[in-house]
Amino acid sequence: MTKQVSNKTSDNKKSLIDVVRLTKTFEDITAVNDISFSLNQGDIFGFLGPNGAGKTTTINMLTGLSRPNSGTIKVAGLDCDKNPKAAQHLIGIVPDESNLYPELSGFDNLCFCASLYGIHKKERRKRAEELLQTFGLKEAANRKFGGYSKGMKRKLTIAAGIIHRPPILFLDEPTTGIDVASARQIRQLISDLNSDGTTIFLTTHYIEEAERLCNRIAFIVKGRIARIDTFENLMRQTQEQYVVQFSFQEATDKACENILTAFPDLHCQNSPGGVRVKSYHPIRVGPLVRLLEDNGIEVSEARKIHPTLEDVFVKITGIEVGIMKKEKEKMKMGDNA
Amino acid sequence: MKSWIAFWNILAKDVRSYYLKPPNISWGLLFPLVWITMFFIRSGLGMDKLPDLLPGLVALSILFGTTSVLSVTVTFEKKGRSFERLLLAPIPLGLLMLAKTSGAILFGTINAFVPILVAMLLTDLPTVNWHILISAIVLLAISSTFLGLFIAVSVKEVFEAQTFSNFFRFPMIFLCGLFFPVASLPIFLRPLPYVLPLTYGADILRGSMTGTNIIPLGLNFLVLAGFCAVLFYISLRNINRKWIT
Ligand SMILES: Nc1ncnc2c1ncn2[C@@H]1O[C@H](COP(=O)(O)OP(=O)(O)OP(=O)(O)O)[C@@H](O)[C@H]1O
Ligand SMILES: [Mg+2]
Repeated sequence: MTKQVSNKTSDNKKSLIDVVRLTKTFEDITAVNDISFSLNQGDIFGFLGPNGAGKTTTINMLTGLSRPNSGTIKVAGLDCDKNPKAAQHLIGIVPDESNLYPELSGFDNLCFCASLYGIHKKERRKRAEELLQTFGLKEAANRKFGGYSKGMKRKLTIAAGIIHRPPILFLDEPTTGIDVASARQIRQLISDLNSDGTTIFLTTHYIEEAERLCNRIAFIVKGRIARIDTFENLMRQTQEQYVVQFSFQEATDKACENILTAFPDLHCQNSPGGVRVKSYHPIRVGPLVRLLEDNGIEVSEARKIHPTLEDVFVKITGIEVGIMKKEKEKMKMGDNA
Repeated sequence: MKSWIAFWNILAKDVRSYYLKPPNISWGLLFPLVWITMFFIRSGLGMDKLPDLLPGLVALSILFGTTSVLSVTVTFEKKGRSFERLLLAPIPLGLLMLAKTSGAILFGTINAFVPILVAMLLTDLPTVNWHILISAIVLLAISSTFLGLFIAVSVKEVFEAQTFSNFFRFPMIFLCGLFFPVASLPIFLRPLPYVLPLTYGADILRGSMTGTNIIPLGLNFLVLAGFCAVLFYISLRNINRKWIT
Protein backbone atom coordinates (compact mmCIF):
# COMPACT_ATOMS: atom_id res chain seq x y z
CA MET A 1 0.00 0.00 0.00
CA THR A 2 2.71 2.41 0.99
CA LYS A 3 3.75 4.43 -1.99
CA GLN A 4 7.41 5.22 -1.61
CA VAL A 5 8.90 7.27 -4.36
CA SER A 6 12.61 7.57 -4.03
CA ASN A 7 14.66 10.56 -5.01
CA LYS A 8 18.32 9.87 -5.34
CA THR A 9 20.54 12.53 -3.91
CA SER A 10 24.14 13.23 -4.68
CA ASP A 11 25.42 10.83 -2.03
CA ASN A 12 23.28 8.08 -3.49
CA LYS A 13 20.90 7.73 -0.56
CA LYS A 14 17.15 7.76 -0.73
CA SER A 15 15.82 11.15 0.20
CA LEU A 16 12.84 10.74 2.52
CA ILE A 17 11.85 14.32 3.20
CA ASP A 18 12.21 17.19 0.78
CA VAL A 19 11.31 20.66 1.89
CA VAL A 20 11.54 23.52 -0.56
CA ARG A 21 11.14 27.22 0.26
CA LEU A 22 8.81 26.65 3.17
CA THR A 23 7.29 29.75 4.77
CA LYS A 24 4.82 30.16 7.60
CA THR A 25 3.49 33.38 9.04
CA PHE A 26 1.24 34.02 12.01
CA GLU A 27 -0.40 37.40 11.72
CA ASP A 28 2.64 39.70 11.87
CA ILE A 29 5.31 37.09 12.74
CA THR A 30 7.17 35.11 10.12
CA ALA A 31 7.81 31.96 12.15
CA VAL A 32 9.48 30.04 9.32
CA ASN A 33 11.03 32.02 6.53
CA ASP A 34 11.84 30.40 3.21
CA ILE A 35 13.66 27.30 4.42
CA SER A 36 14.73 24.35 2.29
CA PHE A 37 16.34 21.08 3.33
CA SER A 38 16.13 17.38 2.81
CA LEU A 39 16.53 14.28 4.94
CA ASN A 40 18.06 11.12 3.62
CA GLN A 41 17.08 7.69 4.73
CA GLY A 42 19.01 6.78 7.85
CA ASP A 43 19.79 10.35 8.87
CA ILE A 44 19.58 11.76 12.32
CA PHE A 45 18.91 15.30 11.28
CA GLY A 46 19.34 17.94 13.97
CA PHE A 47 17.37 21.16 13.91
CA LEU A 48 19.30 23.37 16.25
CA GLY A 49 18.13 26.80 17.33
CA PRO A 50 17.11 29.10 20.19
CA ASN A 51 13.58 29.79 21.50
CA GLY A 52 11.15 30.95 18.91
CA ALA A 53 13.44 30.00 16.03
CA GLY A 54 10.63 28.13 14.30
CA LYS A 55 11.54 24.53 15.16
CA THR A 56 8.13 23.40 16.39
CA THR A 57 6.38 25.31 13.63
CA THR A 58 8.46 23.41 11.08
CA ILE A 59 7.63 20.05 12.67
CA ASN A 60 3.95 20.96 12.72
CA MET A 61 3.99 21.64 9.02
CA LEU A 62 5.85 18.44 8.23
CA THR A 63 3.51 16.28 10.31
CA GLY A 64 0.19 17.71 9.22
CA LEU A 65 -0.78 19.89 12.17
CA SER A 66 -0.23 23.07 10.28
CA ARG A 67 -0.35 24.33 6.71
CA PRO A 68 2.48 26.35 5.18
CA ASN A 69 1.80 29.70 3.53
CA SER A 70 4.08 28.72 0.69
CA GLY A 71 6.63 26.12 -0.25
CA THR A 72 6.44 22.39 -0.82
CA ILE A 73 6.84 19.38 1.47
CA LYS A 74 7.39 15.89 0.21
CA VAL A 75 7.55 12.96 2.58
CA ALA A 76 8.53 9.71 0.88
CA GLY A 77 7.49 11.35 -2.36
CA LEU A 78 3.99 12.20 -1.12
CA ASP A 79 2.80 15.81 -1.40
CA CYS A 80 2.14 17.04 2.11
CA ASP A 81 1.80 20.78 1.63
CA LYS A 82 -1.54 20.39 -0.11
CA ASN A 83 -2.73 17.31 1.75
CA PRO A 84 -1.29 17.48 5.27
CA LYS A 85 -2.51 13.94 6.02
CA ALA A 86 -0.87 12.28 3.01
CA ALA A 87 2.13 10.80 4.80
CA GLN A 88 0.87 10.48 8.35
CA HIS A 89 0.95 6.68 8.23
CA LEU A 90 4.73 6.87 7.72
CA ILE A 91 5.63 9.13 10.59
CA GLY A 92 5.81 9.03 14.35
CA ILE A 93 5.72 12.20 16.40
CA VAL A 94 7.02 12.95 19.87
CA PRO A 95 5.83 16.47 20.69
CA ASP A 96 7.64 18.86 23.03
CA GLU A 97 4.85 18.49 25.58
CA SER A 98 3.15 15.19 26.12
CA ASN A 99 -0.26 14.81 24.52
CA LEU A 100 -1.20 11.46 26.02
CA TYR A 101 -4.30 10.91 28.15
CA PRO A 102 -3.72 11.56 31.86
CA GLU A 103 -6.72 9.45 32.89
CA LEU A 104 -5.48 6.32 31.10
CA SER A 105 -2.74 4.00 32.34
CA GLY A 106 0.60 3.80 30.54
CA PHE A 107 -0.39 0.50 28.99
CA ASP A 108 -3.81 1.73 27.86
CA ASN A 109 -2.28 4.87 26.40
CA LEU A 110 0.08 2.82 24.27
CA CYS A 111 -2.67 0.44 23.14
CA PHE A 112 -4.91 3.36 22.24
CA CYS A 113 -2.17 5.06 20.22
CA ALA A 114 -1.49 1.80 18.38
CA SER A 115 -5.17 1.47 17.52
CA LEU A 116 -5.08 4.89 15.84
CA TYR A 117 -2.70 3.35 13.32
CA GLY A 118 -5.00 0.40 12.71
CA ILE A 119 -2.99 -2.18 14.65
CA HIS A 120 -4.98 -5.22 15.78
CA LYS A 121 -5.66 -5.87 19.45
CA LYS A 122 -3.33 -8.81 19.93
CA GLU A 123 -0.40 -7.07 18.33
CA ARG A 124 -1.17 -3.82 20.14
CA ARG A 125 -0.89 -5.48 23.50
CA LYS A 126 2.27 -7.32 22.59
CA ARG A 127 3.93 -4.19 21.24
CA ALA A 128 2.87 -2.11 24.25
CA GLU A 129 4.34 -4.64 26.67
CA GLU A 130 7.53 -4.81 24.65
CA LEU A 131 7.94 -1.03 24.69
CA LEU A 132 7.15 -0.69 28.38
CA GLN A 133 9.93 -3.20 28.98
CA THR A 134 12.39 -1.36 26.72
CA PHE A 135 11.68 1.97 28.36
CA GLY A 136 11.88 0.61 31.88
CA LEU A 137 8.25 1.43 32.61
CA LYS A 138 7.00 -2.07 33.26
CA GLU A 139 6.28 -1.42 36.93
CA ALA A 140 4.30 1.70 36.08
CA ALA A 141 2.35 0.08 33.24
CA ASN A 142 -0.96 0.08 35.09
CA ARG A 143 -0.59 3.41 36.80
CA LYS A 144 -2.36 6.46 35.42
CA PHE A 145 -0.21 8.52 33.05
CA GLY A 146 -1.21 11.69 34.89
CA GLY A 147 0.75 10.50 37.93
CA TYR A 148 3.99 9.80 36.04
CA SER A 149 7.12 11.85 36.68
CA LYS A 150 8.41 14.13 33.95
CA GLY A 151 11.03 11.67 32.75
CA MET A 152 8.57 8.78 32.75
CA LYS A 153 6.09 10.88 30.82
CA ARG A 154 8.68 11.72 28.22
CA LYS A 155 9.66 8.08 27.83
CA LEU A 156 6.08 6.94 27.41
CA THR A 157 5.50 9.73 24.89
CA ILE A 158 8.44 8.44 22.89
CA ALA A 159 7.13 4.88 23.16
CA ALA A 160 3.75 6.10 21.88
CA GLY A 161 5.51 7.82 18.98
CA ILE A 162 7.15 4.61 17.79
CA ILE A 163 4.43 2.09 18.61
CA HIS A 164 3.51 1.67 14.93
CA ARG A 165 7.17 1.30 13.89
CA PRO A 166 7.25 4.43 11.71
CA PRO A 167 10.13 4.73 9.22
CA ILE A 168 10.40 8.44 10.10
CA LEU A 169 10.36 9.82 13.64
CA PHE A 170 10.02 13.46 14.67
CA LEU A 171 11.27 14.38 18.12
CA ASP A 172 10.69 17.90 19.43
CA GLU A 173 13.26 18.62 22.14
CA PRO A 174 13.19 15.10 23.58
CA THR A 175 15.53 15.79 26.50
CA THR A 176 14.54 19.28 27.58
CA GLY A 177 13.63 19.56 31.25
CA ILE A 178 14.58 16.06 32.40
CA ASP A 179 17.50 14.84 34.49
CA VAL A 180 20.90 13.89 33.12
CA ALA A 181 20.52 10.13 33.56
CA SER A 182 17.14 9.99 31.82
CA ALA A 183 18.40 12.25 29.07
CA ARG A 184 21.30 9.89 28.45
CA GLN A 185 18.97 6.95 28.32
CA ILE A 186 16.75 8.73 25.82
CA ARG A 187 19.71 9.63 23.63
CA GLN A 188 20.77 6.01 23.67
CA LEU A 189 17.27 4.95 22.64
CA ILE A 190 17.26 7.44 19.79
CA SER A 191 20.60 6.18 18.65
CA ASP A 192 19.39 2.55 18.80
CA LEU A 193 16.25 3.38 16.84
CA ASN A 194 18.39 4.95 14.18
CA SER A 195 20.64 1.88 14.03
CA ASP A 196 17.50 -0.15 13.42
CA GLY A 197 16.75 1.96 10.37
CA THR A 198 14.51 4.79 11.60
CA THR A 199 15.19 8.16 10.03
CA ILE A 200 15.08 10.83 12.70
CA PHE A 201 14.28 14.52 12.70
CA LEU A 202 15.30 16.02 16.01
CA THR A 203 14.96 19.55 17.28
CA THR A 204 17.06 20.68 20.17
CA HIS A 205 18.68 23.67 21.72
CA TYR A 206 21.36 21.51 23.35
CA ILE A 207 24.39 21.74 21.16
CA GLU A 208 26.04 18.74 22.79
CA GLU A 209 22.99 16.68 21.95
CA ALA A 210 23.18 17.57 18.28
CA GLU A 211 26.90 16.92 18.39
CA ARG A 212 26.48 13.50 19.96
CA LEU A 213 23.55 12.26 17.92
CA CYS A 214 23.20 13.96 14.57
CA ASN A 215 24.97 13.26 11.32
CA ARG A 216 23.46 16.32 9.65
CA ILE A 217 22.65 19.58 11.33
CA ALA A 218 20.75 22.74 10.44
CA PHE A 219 21.17 25.91 12.48
CA ILE A 220 17.88 27.76 12.53
CA VAL A 221 17.59 31.30 13.80
CA LYS A 222 14.56 33.57 13.53
CA GLY A 223 12.86 31.28 11.05
CA ARG A 224 15.81 31.08 8.70
CA ILE A 225 18.36 28.33 8.23
CA ALA A 226 21.72 29.93 8.89
CA ARG A 227 23.70 26.87 7.86
CA ILE A 228 23.07 23.28 7.03
CA ASP A 229 25.73 20.65 6.63
CA THR A 230 27.08 17.33 7.79
CA PHE A 231 28.62 17.28 11.21
CA GLU A 232 32.10 16.66 9.73
CA ASN A 233 31.88 19.61 7.36
CA LEU A 234 30.70 21.92 10.09
CA MET A 235 33.58 20.89 12.32
CA ARG A 236 36.13 21.22 9.54
CA GLN A 237 35.37 24.89 9.37
CA THR A 238 36.58 25.52 12.89
CA GLN A 239 39.68 23.41 12.69
CA GLU A 240 41.19 26.39 10.93
CA GLN A 241 40.85 28.40 14.10
CA TYR A 242 43.28 28.17 16.99
CA VAL A 243 42.04 28.60 20.52
CA VAL A 244 43.96 28.70 23.79
CA GLN A 245 42.35 28.87 27.20
CA PHE A 246 44.32 30.69 29.92
CA SER A 247 43.27 30.08 33.49
CA PHE A 248 44.26 32.44 36.30
CA GLN A 249 44.94 32.05 40.00
CA GLU A 250 42.72 35.00 40.75
CA ALA A 251 39.86 36.44 38.80
CA THR A 252 40.59 39.57 36.78
CA ASP A 253 38.89 41.49 34.00
CA LYS A 254 42.05 43.25 32.81
CA ALA A 255 43.61 40.30 30.94
CA CYS A 256 41.95 40.83 27.57
CA GLU A 257 42.74 44.51 27.66
CA ASN A 258 46.43 43.74 28.23
CA ILE A 259 46.57 41.09 25.55
CA LEU A 260 44.81 43.12 22.89
CA THR A 261 47.03 46.15 23.51
CA ALA A 262 50.15 44.07 22.94
CA PHE A 263 48.81 41.73 20.26
CA PRO A 264 46.07 43.55 18.37
CA ASP A 265 45.59 40.80 15.77
CA LEU A 266 44.40 38.25 18.37
CA HIS A 267 40.80 37.78 19.54
CA CYS A 268 40.23 37.60 23.26
CA GLN A 269 37.16 36.96 25.37
CA ASN A 270 36.55 36.35 29.05
CA SER A 271 35.69 32.80 29.99
CA PRO A 272 35.12 31.08 33.34
CA GLY A 273 38.34 31.27 35.40
CA GLY A 274 40.30 33.14 32.75
CA VAL A 275 40.30 34.17 29.10
CA ARG A 276 40.05 32.48 25.75
CA VAL A 277 42.38 33.66 22.97
CA LYS A 278 41.60 32.91 19.34
CA SER A 279 43.52 33.38 16.13
CA TYR A 280 43.66 32.14 12.56
CA HIS A 281 47.41 31.49 13.07
CA PRO A 282 49.07 29.24 15.61
CA ILE A 283 49.26 31.00 18.97
CA ARG A 284 52.59 31.16 20.81
CA VAL A 285 51.79 30.72 24.44
CA GLY A 286 55.13 31.86 25.98
CA PRO A 287 54.96 35.58 25.16
CA LEU A 288 51.33 35.73 26.29
CA VAL A 289 52.07 34.13 29.65
CA ARG A 290 55.01 36.48 30.20
CA LEU A 291 52.91 39.50 29.29
CA LEU A 292 50.16 38.49 31.70
CA GLU A 293 52.57 37.75 34.53
CA ASP A 294 54.34 41.08 33.95
CA ASN A 295 50.95 42.69 34.50
CA GLY A 296 50.50 40.88 37.80
CA ILE A 297 48.16 38.18 36.56
CA GLU A 298 49.28 34.75 37.67
CA VAL A 299 48.60 32.12 35.00
CA SER A 300 47.83 28.67 36.40
CA GLU A 301 47.20 26.90 33.12
CA ALA A 302 47.34 27.43 29.34
CA ARG A 303 45.54 24.83 27.35
CA LYS A 304 44.81 24.35 23.68
CA ILE A 305 41.08 24.07 23.10
CA HIS A 306 39.66 21.79 20.47
CA PRO A 307 36.77 23.53 18.84
CA THR A 308 33.33 22.11 19.41
CA LEU A 309 30.08 22.40 17.52
CA GLU A 310 29.28 25.17 19.96
CA ASP A 311 32.05 27.29 18.49
CA VAL A 312 30.73 26.67 15.03
CA PHE A 313 27.24 27.62 16.13
CA VAL A 314 28.42 30.84 17.76
CA LYS A 315 30.49 31.72 14.75
CA ILE A 316 27.73 31.16 12.24
CA THR A 317 24.75 32.52 14.13
CA GLY A 318 26.39 35.09 16.36
CA ILE A 319 24.31 33.77 19.25
CA GLU A 320 26.03 33.14 22.54
CA VAL A 321 25.13 29.64 23.65
CA GLY A 322 24.97 30.55 27.34
CA ILE A 323 22.21 33.03 26.62
CA MET A 324 20.23 30.41 24.71
CA LYS A 325 20.41 27.92 27.54
CA LYS A 326 19.57 30.40 30.25
CA GLU A 327 16.49 31.61 28.41
CA LYS A 328 15.32 28.07 27.96
CA GLU A 329 15.71 27.27 31.65
CA LYS A 330 13.89 30.45 32.55
CA MET A 331 11.05 29.44 30.29
CA LYS A 332 10.87 25.98 31.82
CA MET A 333 10.80 27.41 35.31
CA GLY A 334 8.07 29.79 34.26
CA ASP A 335 6.11 26.82 32.94
CA ASN A 336 6.38 24.99 36.21
CA ALA A 337 5.52 27.92 38.41
CA MET B 1 -10.32 -1.49 7.68
CA LYS B 2 -7.43 0.15 9.51
CA SER B 3 -9.44 3.32 9.92
CA TRP B 4 -12.29 1.35 11.46
CA ILE B 5 -10.00 -0.06 14.14
CA ALA B 6 -9.18 3.54 14.98
CA PHE B 7 -12.83 4.55 14.80
CA TRP B 8 -13.94 1.83 17.16
CA ASN B 9 -11.18 2.47 19.68
CA ILE B 10 -11.75 6.22 19.76
CA LEU B 11 -15.43 5.57 20.44
CA ALA B 12 -14.69 2.94 23.08
CA LYS B 13 -12.22 5.20 24.85
CA ASP B 14 -14.68 8.10 24.96
CA VAL B 15 -17.45 5.89 26.27
CA ARG B 16 -15.19 4.61 29.03
CA SER B 17 -13.52 7.92 29.86
CA TYR B 18 -16.51 10.22 29.67
CA TYR B 19 -19.89 8.63 29.18
CA LEU B 20 -19.69 5.82 31.72
CA LYS B 21 -18.50 8.13 34.49
CA PRO B 22 -20.96 8.24 37.42
CA PRO B 23 -21.69 12.00 37.23
CA ASN B 24 -22.54 11.63 33.59
CA ILE B 25 -24.82 8.65 34.06
CA SER B 26 -26.68 10.24 36.91
CA TRP B 27 -26.99 13.49 34.99
CA GLY B 28 -28.29 11.65 31.98
CA LEU B 29 -30.81 9.58 33.92
CA LEU B 30 -31.87 12.02 36.60
CA PHE B 31 -32.36 15.01 34.42
CA PRO B 32 -35.30 13.68 32.39
CA LEU B 33 -36.90 12.27 35.56
CA VAL B 34 -36.68 15.61 37.28
CA TRP B 35 -38.27 17.29 34.29
CA ILE B 36 -41.15 14.86 34.30
CA THR B 37 -41.84 15.34 37.98
CA MET B 38 -41.58 19.07 37.68
CA PHE B 39 -44.08 19.23 34.86
CA PHE B 40 -46.61 17.18 36.72
CA ILE B 41 -46.34 19.21 39.86
CA ARG B 42 -46.58 22.47 37.96
CA SER B 43 -49.34 21.53 35.60
CA GLY B 44 -51.50 19.58 38.02
CA LEU B 45 -52.44 17.27 35.18
CA GLY B 46 -53.31 13.62 35.57
CA MET B 47 -51.26 10.66 34.45
CA ASP B 48 -53.42 10.27 31.36
CA LYS B 49 -51.92 13.50 30.00
CA LEU B 50 -48.43 12.04 30.13
CA PRO B 51 -48.36 11.04 26.45
CA ASP B 52 -48.95 14.69 25.54
CA LEU B 53 -45.88 15.79 27.45
CA LEU B 54 -43.72 12.88 26.41
CA PRO B 55 -42.45 14.26 23.07
CA GLY B 56 -41.13 17.32 24.84
CA LEU B 57 -39.41 15.27 27.53
CA VAL B 58 -37.82 12.97 25.01
CA ALA B 59 -36.55 15.92 23.00
CA LEU B 60 -35.09 17.53 26.10
CA SER B 61 -33.38 14.33 27.20
CA ILE B 62 -31.73 14.02 23.82
CA LEU B 63 -30.75 17.64 23.59
CA PHE B 64 -29.16 17.76 27.02
CA GLY B 65 -27.68 14.29 26.85
CA THR B 66 -25.79 15.01 23.66
CA THR B 67 -24.74 18.65 23.75
CA SER B 68 -23.60 18.83 27.34
CA VAL B 69 -21.05 16.03 27.14
CA LEU B 70 -19.75 16.55 23.65
CA SER B 71 -19.06 20.26 23.73
CA VAL B 72 -17.13 19.74 26.94
CA THR B 73 -15.13 16.68 25.93
CA VAL B 74 -13.99 17.85 22.51
CA THR B 75 -13.09 21.27 23.87
CA PHE B 76 -11.42 19.67 26.86
CA GLU B 77 -9.26 17.36 24.76
CA LYS B 78 -8.37 20.22 22.47
CA LYS B 79 -7.15 22.25 25.43
CA GLY B 80 -5.22 19.33 26.90
CA ARG B 81 -3.55 18.81 23.53
CA SER B 82 -4.49 15.15 23.35
CA PHE B 83 -6.71 16.05 20.41
CA GLU B 84 -3.50 16.73 18.49
CA ARG B 85 -2.68 13.07 18.71
CA LEU B 86 -5.90 12.31 16.87
CA LEU B 87 -5.19 14.95 14.25
CA LEU B 88 -1.72 13.46 13.74
CA ALA B 89 -3.10 9.96 13.15
CA PRO B 90 -3.69 8.78 9.59
CA ILE B 91 -7.47 8.88 9.88
CA PRO B 92 -9.63 10.94 7.50
CA LEU B 93 -10.94 13.97 9.35
CA GLY B 94 -14.57 13.11 8.66
CA LEU B 95 -14.23 9.63 10.12
CA LEU B 96 -12.32 10.99 13.10
CA MET B 97 -15.10 13.42 13.92
CA LEU B 98 -17.73 10.73 13.45
CA ALA B 99 -15.82 8.63 15.97
CA LYS B 100 -15.68 11.56 18.38
CA THR B 101 -19.43 12.16 18.05
CA SER B 102 -20.77 8.59 18.00
CA GLY B 103 -20.49 8.36 21.77
CA ALA B 104 -22.72 11.38 22.20
CA ILE B 105 -25.22 10.07 19.64
CA LEU B 106 -25.44 6.77 21.50
CA PHE B 107 -25.72 8.50 24.84
CA GLY B 108 -28.47 10.82 23.58
CA THR B 109 -30.40 7.91 22.08
CA ILE B 110 -30.25 5.90 25.28
CA ASN B 111 -31.24 8.97 27.27
CA ALA B 112 -34.34 9.39 25.16
CA PHE B 113 -35.68 6.08 26.38
CA VAL B 114 -35.56 7.06 30.03
CA PRO B 115 -38.73 9.20 29.95
CA ILE B 116 -40.38 6.70 27.60
CA LEU B 117 -39.73 3.82 30.00
CA VAL B 118 -40.95 5.85 32.94
CA ALA B 119 -44.10 6.78 31.04
CA MET B 120 -44.68 3.15 30.12
CA LEU B 121 -44.50 2.20 33.77
CA LEU B 122 -46.91 4.92 34.84
CA THR B 123 -49.47 4.80 32.08
CA ASP B 124 -50.49 3.18 28.80
CA LEU B 125 -48.94 4.61 25.69
CA PRO B 126 -51.73 4.01 23.22
CA THR B 127 -50.80 4.70 19.65
CA VAL B 128 -47.07 4.97 19.44
CA ASN B 129 -45.57 4.31 16.02
CA TRP B 130 -42.29 2.78 17.17
CA HIS B 131 -40.55 2.78 13.81
CA ILE B 132 -41.02 6.45 13.34
CA LEU B 133 -40.31 7.21 16.98
CA ILE B 134 -37.00 5.39 17.00
CA SER B 135 -35.87 6.89 13.70
CA ALA B 136 -36.80 10.31 15.02
CA ILE B 137 -34.89 9.74 18.23
CA VAL B 138 -31.76 8.68 16.37
CA LEU B 139 -31.96 11.52 13.89
CA LEU B 140 -32.60 14.02 16.63
CA ALA B 141 -29.64 12.64 18.58
CA ILE B 142 -27.43 13.02 15.51
CA SER B 143 -28.55 16.56 14.77
CA SER B 144 -28.20 17.78 18.31
CA THR B 145 -24.80 16.06 18.61
CA PHE B 146 -23.63 17.84 15.51
CA LEU B 147 -24.98 21.06 16.95
CA GLY B 148 -22.81 20.32 19.99
CA LEU B 149 -19.85 19.67 17.73
CA PHE B 150 -20.47 22.91 15.89
CA ILE B 151 -20.38 24.69 19.24
CA ALA B 152 -17.31 22.80 20.41
CA VAL B 153 -15.25 23.76 17.38
CA SER B 154 -16.36 27.37 17.51
CA VAL B 155 -14.91 28.09 20.94
CA LYS B 156 -11.58 27.84 22.74
CA GLU B 157 -12.48 27.40 26.40
CA VAL B 158 -14.56 24.78 28.17
CA PHE B 159 -16.67 27.42 29.91
CA GLU B 160 -17.33 29.10 26.56
CA ALA B 161 -18.61 25.80 25.25
CA GLN B 162 -21.06 25.62 28.13
CA THR B 163 -22.22 29.20 27.79
CA PHE B 164 -22.51 28.95 24.06
CA SER B 165 -24.42 25.70 24.17
CA ASN B 166 -26.92 27.16 26.64
CA PHE B 167 -27.26 30.09 24.31
CA PHE B 168 -28.60 27.60 21.78
CA ARG B 169 -30.37 25.16 24.04
CA PHE B 170 -32.71 27.26 26.11
CA PRO B 171 -34.23 29.38 23.34
CA MET B 172 -34.62 26.17 21.34
CA ILE B 173 -36.63 24.53 24.10
CA PHE B 174 -39.07 27.40 24.22
CA LEU B 175 -39.27 28.03 20.52
CA CYS B 176 -39.54 24.46 19.24
CA GLY B 177 -43.28 24.33 19.72
CA LEU B 178 -43.32 21.59 22.32
CA PHE B 179 -44.36 23.62 25.30
CA PHE B 180 -46.02 26.55 23.57
CA PRO B 181 -47.51 26.07 20.13
CA VAL B 182 -45.60 28.00 17.49
CA ALA B 183 -48.82 29.79 16.60
CA SER B 184 -49.01 31.30 20.08
CA LEU B 185 -45.62 33.00 19.77
CA PRO B 186 -45.46 36.76 19.11
CA ILE B 187 -45.57 37.31 15.38
CA PHE B 188 -41.95 38.50 15.07
CA LEU B 189 -40.71 35.29 16.73
CA ARG B 190 -42.74 32.95 14.60
CA PRO B 191 -40.18 32.37 11.80
CA LEU B 192 -37.51 31.54 14.38
CA PRO B 193 -38.61 27.98 15.26
CA TYR B 194 -38.19 26.99 11.63
CA VAL B 195 -34.42 27.55 11.68
CA LEU B 196 -34.02 25.27 14.72
CA PRO B 197 -33.52 21.52 14.24
CA LEU B 198 -35.37 20.72 17.45
CA THR B 199 -38.64 22.06 16.01
CA TYR B 200 -38.67 19.41 13.29
CA GLY B 201 -37.51 16.62 15.60
CA ALA B 202 -40.16 17.55 18.16
CA ASP B 203 -42.81 17.54 15.47
CA ILE B 204 -41.91 13.98 14.42
CA LEU B 205 -41.92 12.84 18.04
CA ARG B 206 -45.38 14.32 18.47
CA GLY B 207 -46.54 12.74 15.25
CA SER B 208 -45.29 9.32 16.26
CA MET B 209 -46.80 9.44 19.74
CA THR B 210 -50.01 11.39 19.40
CA GLY B 211 -50.43 11.84 15.67
CA THR B 212 -50.56 15.62 16.04
CA ASN B 213 -47.65 16.70 13.86
CA ILE B 214 -47.98 20.06 12.11
CA ILE B 215 -45.46 19.52 9.31
CA PRO B 216 -45.61 16.40 7.08
CA LEU B 217 -43.35 13.70 8.54
CA GLY B 218 -41.36 13.24 5.32
CA LEU B 219 -40.52 16.92 5.21
CA ASN B 220 -39.55 16.82 8.88
CA PHE B 221 -37.12 13.97 8.29
CA LEU B 222 -35.68 15.68 5.23
CA VAL B 223 -35.09 18.97 7.00
CA LEU B 224 -33.57 17.24 10.01
CA ALA B 225 -31.22 15.23 7.81
CA GLY B 226 -30.31 18.47 6.09
CA PHE B 227 -29.47 20.06 9.43
CA CYS B 228 -27.21 17.09 10.25
CA ALA B 229 -25.35 17.34 6.96
CA VAL B 230 -24.88 21.11 7.12
CA LEU B 231 -23.81 21.20 10.77
CA PHE B 232 -21.31 18.37 10.24
CA TYR B 233 -19.95 19.95 7.10
CA ILE B 234 -19.47 23.35 8.75
CA SER B 235 -17.82 21.73 11.77
CA LEU B 236 -15.35 19.83 9.59
CA ARG B 237 -14.54 22.97 7.68
CA ASN B 238 -13.98 24.84 10.94
CA ILE B 239 -11.68 22.12 12.25
CA ASN B 240 -9.76 22.09 9.01
CA ARG B 241 -9.38 25.85 9.07
CA LYS B 242 -8.91 26.54 12.76
CA TRP B 243 -7.20 23.46 14.18
CA ILE B 244 -4.88 22.70 11.29
CA THR B 245 -3.60 26.25 11.35
N1 LIG C 1 -0.07 29.40 16.73
C1 LIG C 1 0.74 30.46 16.73
N2 LIG C 1 0.23 31.70 16.69
C2 LIG C 1 1.04 32.78 16.67
N3 LIG C 1 2.38 32.73 16.70
C3 LIG C 1 2.96 31.52 16.75
C4 LIG C 1 2.17 30.32 16.77
N4 LIG C 1 3.02 29.27 16.82
C5 LIG C 1 4.26 29.78 16.83
N5 LIG C 1 4.24 31.14 16.78
C6 LIG C 1 5.40 32.03 16.76
O1 LIG C 1 6.30 31.56 15.80
C7 LIG C 1 7.63 31.67 16.24
C8 LIG C 1 8.31 30.31 16.21
O2 LIG C 1 7.75 29.48 17.21
P1 LIG C 1 8.17 27.98 17.43
O3 LIG C 1 7.29 27.43 18.47
O4 LIG C 1 8.22 27.29 16.12
O5 LIG C 1 9.64 28.12 17.99
P2 LIG C 1 10.61 27.00 18.55
O6 LIG C 1 11.86 27.08 17.76
O7 LIG C 1 9.93 25.70 18.60
O8 LIG C 1 10.90 27.54 20.01
P3 LIG C 1 11.08 26.74 21.38
O9 LIG C 1 12.52 26.40 21.50
O10 LIG C 1 10.68 27.75 22.40
O11 LIG C 1 10.18 25.55 21.37
C9 LIG C 1 7.56 32.29 17.63
O12 LIG C 1 7.80 33.67 17.50
C10 LIG C 1 6.16 32.02 18.06
O13 LIG C 1 5.71 33.02 18.92
MG1 LIG D 1 9.42 24.35 20.14
